Amino acid sequence: MEDLETLRAEVVAAIAAAPDLAALEETRVAALGKKGRVTALMKSLGGMDPETRKAAGQQMNRVKDAIVQTIEGRRAALEAAELEARLGRERVDVTLPARPARSGAVHPISQTWDEVVAIFGQMGFAVAEGPDIEDDFHNFTALNFPPGHPAREMHDTFFLPERADGTRHVLRTHTSPVQVRTMLNQAPPIRILAPGRTYRSDSDMTHTPMFHQFEGLVLDQTTHMGHLKGCLQEFVQAYFEVDDVPMRFRPSFFPFTEPSAEVDIRCSRKGGELRIGVGDDWLEILGCGMVHPNVLRACGLDPEEVQGFAFGVGLERIAMLKYGIPDLRTFFDSDLRWLRHYGFAALDVPTLHGGLAR
Amino acid sequence: MKFTLSWLKEHLETDAPLEAIADRLTMLGLEVEEVTDLRTVLAPFTVAEVVTAEKHPDADRLKVCTVRTGDGGRDLRIVCGAPNARAGLKGVLARPGMTIPESGQVLKTGRIRGVDSEGMLCSSRELGLGDDHSGIIELPADAPLGMSVADVLPLDPVIDIAITPNRADCLGVRGVARDLAASGLGTLKPLTVEPVPGTFDSPVRISHGFDKADREACPLFVGRFIRGVTNGESPQWVKDRLTAVGLRPISALVDVTNLISLQFGRPLHVFDADRLTGDMHPRFARSGETMVALDEKTYSLTSADVVIADDAGPQALGGVMGGLHSGCTGETVNVFLESALFDARRVAATGRRLGLESDARYRFERGVDPESAIMGAEMGTRLILDWCGGEASHLVIEGAVPAWRTEVSLNPMRVRRLCGLSVTGAECRRILEDLGCEVLAENEDGALTVIVPSWRMDITGEHDLVEEVARVYGFDRISTVSLPRDPMPKPVLTGAQVRRVATRRTLAARGLDECVTWSFLPRGHAAAFGGGQPALDLANPISSELDAMRPSMLPNLATAAQRNADRGIPNAALFEVGPQFHGGEPGEQAMVAAGLRAGVSGPRHWDVAPRAVDAFDAKADALAALEAAGAPVASLQCVAEAPAWYHPGRSGALKLGPTVLAWFGDLHPGVLKTLDVKGPMTAFEVFLEAVPEPKARPTKARPLLKASAFQPVERDFAFLMDEDVAAQALVRAARGADKTLIADVSVFDVYQGERLEPGRKSVALCVTLQPRDRTLTDDEIEAAGKKVVAAVAKATGAELRG
Repeated sequence: MEDLETLRAEVVAAIAAAPDLAALEETRVAALGKKGRVTALMKSLGGMDPETRKAAGQQMNRVKDAIVQTIEGRRAALEAAELEARLGRERVDVTLPARPARSGAVHPISQTWDEVVAIFGQMGFAVAEGPDIEDDFHNFTALNFPPGHPAREMHDTFFLPERADGTRHVLRTHTSPVQVRTMLNQAPPIRILAPGRTYRSDSDMTHTPMFHQFEGLVLDQTTHMGHLKGCLQEFVQAYFEVDDVPMRFRPSFFPFTEPSAEVDIRCSRKGGELRIGVGDDWLEILGCGMVHPNVLRACGLDPEEVQGFAFGVGLERIAMLKYGIPDLRTFFDSDLRWLRHYGFAALDVPTLHGGLAR
Repeated sequence: MKFTLSWLKEHLETDAPLEAIADRLTMLGLEVEEVTDLRTVLAPFTVAEVVTAEKHPDADRLKVCTVRTGDGGRDLRIVCGAPNARAGLKGVLARPGMTIPESGQVLKTGRIRGVDSEGMLCSSRELGLGDDHSGIIELPADAPLGMSVADVLPLDPVIDIAITPNRADCLGVRGVARDLAASGLGTLKPLTVEPVPGTFDSPVRISHGFDKADREACPLFVGRFIRGVTNGESPQWVKDRLTAVGLRPISALVDVTNLISLQFGRPLHVFDADRLTGDMHPRFARSGETMVALDEKTYSLTSADVVIADDAGPQALGGVMGGLHSGCTGETVNVFLESALFDARRVAATGRRLGLESDARYRFERGVDPESAIMGAEMGTRLILDWCGGEASHLVIEGAVPAWRTEVSLNPMRVRRLCGLSVTGAECRRILEDLGCEVLAENEDGALTVIVPSWRMDITGEHDLVEEVARVYGFDRISTVSLPRDPMPKPVLTGAQVRRVATRRTLAARGLDECVTWSFLPRGHAAAFGGGQPALDLANPISSELDAMRPSMLPNLATAAQRNADRGIPNAALFEVGPQFHGGEPGEQAMVAAGLRAGVSGPRHWDVAPRAVDAFDAKADALAALEAAGAPVASLQCVAEAPAWYHPGRSGALKLGPTVLAWFGDLHPGVLKTLDVKGPMTAFEVFLEAVPEPKARPTKARPLLKASAFQPVERDFAFLMDEDVAAQALVRAARGADKTLIADVSVFDVYQGERLEPGRKSVALCVTLQPRDRTLTDDEIEAAGKKVVAAVAKATGAELRG
């Protein structure tokens, strides 16, 4: 019978010497396989008397366990080394550029629109929409534009061809016709925002033949000019994200409101940078007023019963002011450099609780 | 409108500083555009005296002057080109470092023809004081040396205000003064117009040529013959005043009309009576008549134009401009003064049609005080007699002042209700009276009944008086009140609006950049995309490039992509969400999300090779947009139908039943050529309003998740079929083979080529079986496979590939 201790020492030495997993497996089979040396020894137990067998068996099992443990230990070490070697071979140049993936940008007009809706939504304004091609009644007559008003002329307004009945439709010059349509279709109280494309026959440094407006209309029995001031004050502060913006309501004139006002906000232009709410300059941002009784009458409402205010704001204008976009015409150029520079991430949805703009 | 401070103060008694006046004007609705106060600008310029003036050694027209500054320092040497530079003259000195108002340039020490010049003696024009540049300013001999010229020259600040179209009454200085006085900034000085007694009957008479129905074209004509005048220059103060407000003094007779127009908003005209033939006739022009106006242009007139004609023909365009033939000159001796009323709309129409702007037109088309005709004639006569001498006839009056007295009432409660302002009845009454209203009655509620003054034709109802009171009382005194609202905001957007936002942001997230392009485009582009109908043309386009309403957004996006490529940014992926138009009536438009990808799928990359964009890029975009818009994407049918602007073999429609929700595919190469853009471009159009509204549900709860505990099994099948069999038919058939067991069917390979007969193709499907209550047996899997093969064969004729 082989000396157990010698056997153990030899096998352990062979395990330690095994250079790789295959050699280790050979060593294992040579020791513990069906024809292995330890297995052969274990078989010899059968010929022993019970007393001897018990003692020898215990000895042999200890040796066997020790060998098994050593093999496992060696296997783990070899596996680790092999993994390390493989990982070494798998090295890549991680400084190479990632696979291309571009997300697009949301146009500043859309983003500003979402901001405006978030603010006025808080005040309970619904969003009303209407057609871009309008008839004379909705665009002018119902809005108290007298016959012969310059806005009805070809040099101010886009016209479509004359129709069979001799009338001509226009591209709406403001979104006020949406207010008219709302008043004709819905009984007060009304709180709507009417956004959309508007058109005027004008094209120069600061005018484009198409631009966007949003108009607000509040009609009920009690809303007065103080509410108009409050509504616009809250809007301006929320939109420009400035706590206190001094405002000035200047008397003005529009056919569809009376009293009418233009609204200026305080700003500073020091160093060529526009800052809202501070400074000594005034910046005109919108027109507004109490809905003219003739407009209410044209929409079948009684000015003795119903009153309220309306306002109109240029969407591009307030986007330019907030985001420092210098040129109106660039909004419609579809220049990718501009779109990517001034545009907004798809998931940057403005909310009041999360902040309108990052 | 421009006026000077001293001019205003002729009508307004006030101690208010200039700045307070300017602020108040703005808050009255007379928005100050600019205040030019030369007193500030000219403060650094000082009085200096020319001690010697010698001819420049090297220049005949220049003088070298020794100039005493009066500041105790040494005399300065100044080279001056003015012909009037001479010893003893007191002038205005500018020193190096000061800004010259006319040029805006900072003056430097110069060297002129070899002689150093240490300053400049200024002309009127250089200081912004007028047009005179014939020589340097000559100050009075007693002007103290060294004193600021701001304290020596009669400098009058100029105020420029914007007048809204309703405030014709403020197109004269007196109207502005009246508003300021009403607002409490001073007192309106009384105005008395003394009639000038005539001494003879006018040899020129007036007879109008209007029908009764058109009488309002010129309801009143006041004339006066003045004989023996001398038309020289007007007094210096008049010339200064006109110059200050930007008018060129012309001659005393013309300056009279301008002065009265600026002061009272009352246009006048003076004819050279010796150039007139017979009597004067306000009438409509006869078609074919022409007239050379004072601007020396010839105008062709129509029967809609009101003219003042003599027996020979038109001598003036009524309320617009006089004629050159009968205009006053330096030789004029006898004049006929016109102070008339013209219909605002006719004046506007004539002016607009002829493209003729004038101060008279500006005032008449906004409305001239009907009571001002006689007053204007009297004031004009007085000034002409004062400045030009002569003798005045009796007035000739044709027509009458049209009725203007209207009663309007105001309940002060209306001011509170509409404006949120608490103004007392007494304050309302004071404001209205200061504005010129005559209060007829005040009832026990405090309601006032007033007659509106003749110069306020814009006031017709109570709301106008409410505005007057609020405006004069001050919008700044209206307190700011929050709009009452729900304590917790409710959603305000409609479902369609929410889905439109989601569609936009989904497309942006997919890498497309959002554009906003014109609603109009070139007619040729419209025609290539199903548009170009005459009803969608613009009658007055801004340019021939923008003359038709767009029937699709794709032409604009395609040309935008090309512009970007031309700038060096190829491979644009663009989209727009907006209206497109299919008819010229209101509402004949649709809300569409359209997009387009050009060129290749991405930049060149070390690992991923770019490939040409194709219809499947567009299909993916369309499906993503539709899903964001709430369309039931799984139930859509894809059919190979699309309009003519798409590639006939590489385009399709996504339909829900018969309704087309989207088109997608490569753009037709012929269409790209029409647009003058380079392909390939692949595009989609999603019709947002065609997507059905989701069903209203009582709760927001989702259906219960039924996740199976058993692993799904995948089996692959390759089918052979004719090449025109649609993959969608295969997938549908396979999916329908066992609706409970088959959870998914996908196409993972399509082959067509040498190893197959021509006209045949192989499509490989992966079918996912999802057991619900136990693991499937091999037999069951086998049976399901057979069902798939049978269903596919039945539906499409495809057979399992061996």
